[in-house]
Amino acid sequence: MASFTERMAFVLVMALCLSGALAVDRGNFKTCDQSAFCKRQRALKPGESPYRALLETMELTNTRLTLQLINDNNKVRLLLELYRLQGNITRVKINELKPLKPRFEVPDVLVREPPTEPLSLLSQDENGVVLSLGAESQRVIVSARPFRLDIMEGRDVLMSLNSRGLLAFEHLRMRKDTSQADSEAEKKEEVDPANPAEQTTKDEDDKDEDGMWEETFKSHTDGKPNGPSAISLDFSLPGVEHVYGIPEHAETLRLKTTDNGDPYRLYNLDVFQYELFNPMALYGAVPVMLAHNSQRTTGIFWLNAAETWVDISSNTAGKTVFGKMLDYVQGSSETPQTDVRWISESGIIDVFIMLGPTPKDVFSQYASLTGTQSFPPLSSLAYHQCRWNYNDQEDVKLVDAGFDEHDIPYDFIWLDIEHTDGKRYFTWDPHKFATPKEMLQGIMDKKRKMVAIVDPHIKVDSNYKIHNEIRSRGFYIKNKDGGDYEGWCWPGSAGYPDFTCADMRSWWASMFAYDQYGGSMENLYTWNDMNEPSVFNGPEVTMHKDAMHGAWEHRDVHNLYGFYVQMATAEGLIQRSGGVERPFVLTRAFFAGSQRYGAVWTGDNAAEWDHLKISIPMCLSLGLVGISFCGADVGGFFKSPSSELLVRWYQTGAYQPFFRAHAHLDTPRREPWLFGPENTALIREAVRQRYTLLPYWYLQFYQAHCTGQPVMRPLWVEYPQDPATFAIDDEFLIGTDLLVHPVTEEGARGVTAYLPGKNEVWFDVNTFQKHNGAQNLYIPVTMSSIPVFQRGGSIIPRKLRVRRSSTCMEHDPYTLFVALNPQRTAEGELYIDDGHTFNYEKKEFIHRKLFFANNILSSINLAPDAKFSTQSWIERVIILGASKPSKVTLQTADGQESQLEFEFDSSMSVLTLRKPGMNAGEDWKVMLQ
Amino acid sequence: MSGHHYCHLVLLLVLSTGAFAVEVHRPRGVPLSKLQFYEEGKPFTCLDGSHTIPFDRINDDYCDCQDGSDEPGFRSVFIPSSRINDGVCDCCDTTDEYNSGAACQNTCKELGRQEQESLRKLTEIANEGFLLKQQLIQEAKRGIEDKKTKLEEIQTSKKALEDKVEALRTVKETAEEPEKEAKDRHLKAWEDQKAVIRMEKDMAKMAEVFLELDDDADGFVSVSELLSHSELDPNSEDSFTEAEAQTLLGGVDKLDTEGFKSFWSTVKEKYKSEVTADTSVESPQEETTEPASEHDSEQYPEDDVPEDEGEDDEEEEDDDADDVHYKATQEQKDDEDEGVMPPYDDKTQSLIDAAQKARDEFNEVERSLREVSDQISNLEKEISFDFGPSGEFAYLYSQCYDLTTSEYIYRLCPFNRVSQKPKFGGSETSLGTWGKWAGPEDDVHSVMKYEHGQGCWQGPNRSTTVKLTCGTETVVMSTSEPSRCEYLMEFTTPAVCKQPPAPESRPREHVEL
Repeated sequence: MASFTERMAFVLVMALCLSGALAVDRGNFKTCDQSAFCKRQRALKPGESPYRALLETMELTNTRLTLQLINDNNKVRLLLELYRLQGNITRVKINELKPLKPRFEVPDVLVREPPTEPLSLLSQDENGVVLSLGAESQRVIVSARPFRLDIMEGRDVLMSLNSRGLLAFEHLRMRKDTSQADSEAEKKEEVDPANPAEQTTKDEDDKDEDGMWEETFKSHTDGKPNGPSAISLDFSLPGVEHVYGIPEHAETLRLKTTDNGDPYRLYNLDVFQYELFNPMALYGAVPVMLAHNSQRTTGIFWLNAAETWVDISSNTAGKTVFGKMLDYVQGSSETPQTDVRWISESGIIDVFIMLGPTPKDVFSQYASLTGTQSFPPLSSLAYHQCRWNYNDQEDVKLVDAGFDEHDIPYDFIWLDIEHTDGKRYFTWDPHKFATPKEMLQGIMDKKRKMVAIVDPHIKVDSNYKIHNEIRSRGFYIKNKDGGDYEGWCWPGSAGYPDFTCADMRSWWASMFAYDQYGGSMENLYTWNDMNEPSVFNGPEVTMHKDAMHGAWEHRDVHNLYGFYVQMATAEGLIQRSGGVERPFVLTRAFFAGSQRYGAVWTGDNAAEWDHLKISIPMCLSLGLVGISFCGADVGGFFKSPSSELLVRWYQTGAYQPFFRAHAHLDTPRREPWLFGPENTALIREAVRQRYTLLPYWYLQFYQAHCTGQPVMRPLWVEYPQDPATFAIDDEFLIGTDLLVHPVTEEGARGVTAYLPGKNEVWFDVNTFQKHNGAQNLYIPVTMSSIPVFQRGGSIIPRKLRVRRSSTCMEHDPYTLFVALNPQRTAEGELYIDDGHTFNYEKKEFIHRKLFFANNILSSINLAPDAKFSTQSWIERVIILGASKPSKVTLQTADGQESQLEFEFDSSMSVLTLRKPGMNAGEDWKVMLQ
Repeated sequence: MSGHHYCHLVLLLVLSTGAFAVEVHRPRGVPLSKLQFYEEGKPFTCLDGSHTIPFDRINDDYCDCQDGSDEPGFRSVFIPSSRINDGVCDCCDTTDEYNSGAACQNTCKELGRQEQESLRKLTEIANEGFLLKQQLIQEAKRGIEDKKTKLEEIQTSKKALEDKVEALRTVKETAEEPEKEAKDRHLKAWEDQKAVIRMEKDMAKMAEVFLELDDDADGFVSVSELLSHSELDPNSEDSFTEAEAQTLLGGVDKLDTEGFKSFWSTVKEKYKSEVTADTSVESPQEETTEPASEHDSEQYPEDDVPEDEGEDDEEEEDDDADDVHYKATQEQKDDEDEGVMPPYDDKTQSLIDAAQKARDEFNEVERSLREVSDQISNLEKEISFDFGPSGEFAYLYSQCYDLTTSEYIYRLCPFNRVSQKPKFGGSETSLGTWGKWAGPEDDVHSVMKYEHGQGCWQGPNRSTTVKLTCGTETVVMSTSEPSRCEYLMEFTTPAVCKQPPAPESRPREHVEL
C-alpha cells in the first residue's frame, strides 16, 4: 500500500510540475466535450445517415440545381442548392427548407456573388442524378438514399460529400420543456403563421439533450434562446494523404489526424501563452482546407463564422513507411484516403469545393471568392521596431537615434497601449506623448513612419468622446437583455462596438480623419489588437455567445469580428487621404477575406526556440489560405531571448513577409544594439539583407495582389509532384525563386536543406556556389549564416545601397542577380511604382520582364499601357553560372550601343557587368559575345 | 542629439557620370590625411588592396573597391555613405544631398551660432561649476578635518563612558545579587504551592481517565479496553496490538486503580481523552479557503488590473491576520496557567527597586556608549568613504533631492537610497539602495548605481542608475524607466565639472561656419 501511494504521490507531483511548465491554462478553453454541440455532433455514428434526396423536388435552371433533402427520422426538410462557379469551383449550400426563423449566412466575405456556369443533366433514375460540371469530363453524382454527392473526373472520384453519412442539420425548434413557460408568449409571436403544422409534430422525434438550450462553462452560462442549431458535413478525399490550412493553429504545416484527440478548433480566442503543436483555437480562423497529392490539389472553403471544429482521419494514418510498403508489396487494394468533417454551431452549410487541379489553380479559385492580398505600402515590407511600450516621446527619439547610430535601417516604430490616455484609443497620454505631431514630424524627417495601436474595446467613460458617440448612436453590441454589452479589458470596463454593422464601420472609419484623430499625421498607421474580441472576464476570454449584434447572436458572427474591425480601420486610413494612400493595418484576429485589409501576426508567442520554428508553418498555413502578409514577433513576445535566439530570429524574420520585433512590457529592453557589438553586427546584416531584397518582396506582393498566389510558399506548391516536399516546414520559398532554410536550432553547426527540382540548380546567395536540385544538402553554419538559395533560371533585382529607411532608397540603382539554369536561361520581373498610393490602379507603374536566353539579357515591357518613370538605374548585373565572354554590348532603347566592362570570376563562374547605367524603366538589351 | 552634422564634404570636385571636371584639387570626401593615396591621374589602388582602378573611377557612383574607398564622396568620415543623397538633410551645409532633389537649407550658420551659444553656456556652467567644485573640495577637506577632530573628541569621551559603564556595572551587579536571592525564595515558595495543586489535578485526571478507560466498569483497565487508544501505540507505524498494550500495562492483562498509577505516569503525555478528542480538532480550516474569483481573468496578471499596487497591500493584510491569530493563541495559553503568583513581600520589593535603579542607570550609560560607538563608526565610515578623488561628493552625504513628475515624487538620497512615491497618496517604493560607483574605468565617479530595490512582479529587483553631469546646481533633472524596473536618473552637480580648456586652446574650426 505504502509503495503504491508513494508512487501515486510521485505521479501527482510530476503532473503538477508539468502543468506548471505548460504555459497555457488549458482549463480556460473548451474541449470538444465541453462544447455541447461538438460533443453532440461528434457522437454521431458514420453510416447511419437519415437524409434522403427527394429527386422529384429537383429543379435545374441554367445556373443552379435545387433539391429537397428529408431527414427520415424527424421529417424535417432541407433545401440543397448546387452551383457550378466559374473557375472550376462547385458550391453546395444546404439550409432548412422552412426554418423557424432565418439562419445566419455570412455576408461581406465573398468579394461578389460568385459568377456561375451552366450545369446540365447527364442522366437520372430513381437512385440518383448525374450532372455535368462542364469542363474536363467532370460530373457530380447525386445519390438519393442516403443522400450523397460524388464529384468525379473521368473515372476518378475527386471528393465525396456525406459519404460517411455525417451530414447533420439541427433544425430550429420551439422549446418544449416546462421551463420555457415564462417566455412562451414571446416565442409564439416568433412562430411564422405560414409554417406548416408538421413542424411542431415532427419535433416529437427529437429528444432534448443537455446543452441544447443552455450551457455552462466555468462560471459562464450561455442561454440559448434559439436552441440547438449546429450543422455538420463530412468530405472524403480519395487518394489524399496530405491536408493543409484551416489556420490559425500552432501546428505543423501538414495537418494531423484528430482521431485520438480533439478536432482542430476554429474560434477566435485570445490565448495567453499558447502551446505549440496542438489543435486548440487561436486568434484567427480561416475555414479553408487544401488537400494535395502528386496528381491534384483541391480545396474546401466552409463559409461559416460560428465556432467550428474540424476532424481529420485517414486510413493510412499511423501506418509506418514499412507498413505502407508492405501494403504495396502485397498489393493491398486500399487506396489512401483522408476523411474530413466540419462541425459548426450555427448558420448554414455553404461550402465551396475548389477543384484545382494545380495548387496555383486552387489559389486563384479561392482568390476569386474572397479576394487577394491587399497591396501594402512598400515601407511596410521593411523592418518594424515595436515594444510594449516605448515609454514616451524621448524614448522614441532615442530609439530612432539608436538605429542611426548603429547604422541599422528601420521604417516603422510602434506604440502599444501605454501611449494612450488611460487606454482610450485615439488619444495620447498627455504627459508621455504630449506633442505627438512633433514626434511624428521628427520621424517623418527621417522618412520613417509610426504605428499606434487602436483596439476595439472602448472604455466606458462619459468623458470619452468615442464612447459617448458610440453609445448615443447605439453602435455597441448588446447583451442578451438589450443593454450595452460590457466586458473587462485593458481600460477596465469596456464596450464593444458592433463592427458587423455597416453604419458603425463607416463611423469608425471617419474617426481616422486627421481632424478627428488628434495628433495623427499621414505617417501614422494602425494596429488592431484584441479583436477576437478579447474580453478578460468573458467565457474563454471572449464575448458571451448570447450577446446581440442587431438581430444576430454573437454565436453566429464571432469569427467575423476581427475581420470587420480591420476592414473598418483600413477603410478609415484610405478615407483620411481622400482615397489616395494605401493603408497599413495589422490585425491579430482574422477570417477568410482578411487578406484584403492588411497584415496579420501570430500573436503573443514566446522567446523560445520552438516558437521560432513554428513561425514558419504558421505563416505558411496562412499563406495557403490567402493571407500572405504574415509574421511572428521577432525575438518572441513573452520572456527574454538569449542573444543567439534573438539573432537567429532576426535572420528568420528578415525572410518572412511581416518583419517586426516586439517584446512584452516585463522583459528587458532588446533593441538590436543591446547585445554587444558582435550581435549588433549580425542583426544589422540580417536587416540589411531584407532591405537589399525589398524590390523582390515588393514584386511578390504585387503578384500576390494580382493573382492570389502566396508570397511565402511551402515547397510542395512549386514542386507538387515531389512527395519529398509535402511535409517540409522548416524551409520555404519566397515566390518561386528564393529558397530559405533559416537556422532555428540552438547551437546549430549546420542545417540540412532539401533543394527541390530534379533538373534544377540552386545558387547559394552568399557564396554563389551552385548546387543540384533534388538533394538534401548539408550546409555548415556559423552565427552569421542564413542559408538562402536562388533558383537557377531566375533573375532577382536588389538594391544594394542600404539606407536608413526604404523610402530613402527609392531612387537608388538596382543590381540584377541573374542565376542561369542548366539550359542557360533565366527570367524575372521588375515592378516599380511610387510605393504608397493607389495610383498603380491607374496604371502608374513600371512592370518589366527580365529575360536571359541565347546570351542576351533583355528588359521587356510587360505593361505597355502603363506609365511611370523612375530615377533608378541598373548599376550592376551579376550573372551566376556564366562563362567568360569576350565582349559585352549594351543596346539601349534608342538603339545606341556601347561596350560594357566586366569582370569574370572563373572559380565560381560569376560574371559581373560594371555599371551598365541604363534606366530601370526602359527597354534595353545586353549581349554577351 | 542634433540631427545635423558638420560634414565637410569639400565641394571642389563636382562629378556627374562620365564627365570629368578640370581643376581637381582633391576628390570629394577625401580627408587631407588620405590625400596622398588619391593622386590625380594615376591609377588608384583600393585602400584594402582589393583592386587597382583608373583614377576616373573615383567618385563615379559605383563601388569597385570592396571597402568602398574608391567612392570617398559616398562614404564620408562624418556620416555613413547610406545617408548621402537619401533625401534626408543630415549635413548643415547640404553637402550630403547634392543629387537627391531634397531641398535642404544651409543651416550651418544658425547651427554654428546655436552651437557656439550652447558651447558658451556649457563653458560658463563648467567654469562656474568648476569653481563651485573647488569650494566643495575645500568644504570636504574641512569637513574631513572637522570629522577627524570630532572623532578624536568622541573617542576621548567614549573612553570616559566606558569607564563609567564598568563602574555602574559593578554597582548593578552588587544590587542584583540580593535581589535575585530574595526573588528566588519567593518563587520557590510559589512553585511548591503550585506543585501541590498540579498533583491534585493530576490525581483527579487519573481517576477520570481510569473511569473513562474502564468501559465495563469492573474496576480494572484491561488490554482490550486500551486498544481503542491508538495514540498510545509505542510503534505508531503499524496497528496497536494486544501485545503492545499488554507491555504498556506492565505485562499484566489488567490494572486496578493502584496499578494504574505507574501506567498513568508513562502515558499521560500521549493520552487523548475520548471526550475532548472529538470536539477540539475540527474548526479553523475553513476560513483559509480563498473566495473563488469572479472572472476568468486570473491569467492576466497585474497588467490588466489597472494602476494599483495590489500585491503590497495584500501582503500587509496577511501580516495583520497572522498577528491576530498569534495573539489569540497567547491568551489561550495564559488561561490554562494555574492562578497568579502572589505579590512580593516588602523587603523583597525594596531590594528589587534598588536593583532596578542600578540597572536603569547602567542601561542609560551603556546606551550613551552605544550611541557614541555608532557615531564613531559613522564618522569613520564617512571619513573613509569614496566621495571622489578630492572628496567633492561629500556634500551629498545625508542629503536628499526630489523630482516631482506628473505621477510620482522621485527621491534621490545620494550614497543611501532612491525611491518613488505616488504624488497623490500611496506607499513609497524603493528603487534601490546605494551600490557602487559605476562609471567607465577612466571616469568611475560619473555614474552611481543603486541596487536591490523592491522586487518587481515576475521580474528583478528594482535598480537605479544615476548619471551625473556638470551643473551649477545640485538637481535631479529627469527620471525614466527604460526597461521594466530599471530606472535611470540624470543628476547635475558641480562635483563632476571639469575645468574647461582655456579659450585659446579650443579648436576653432566650427567658428568660421
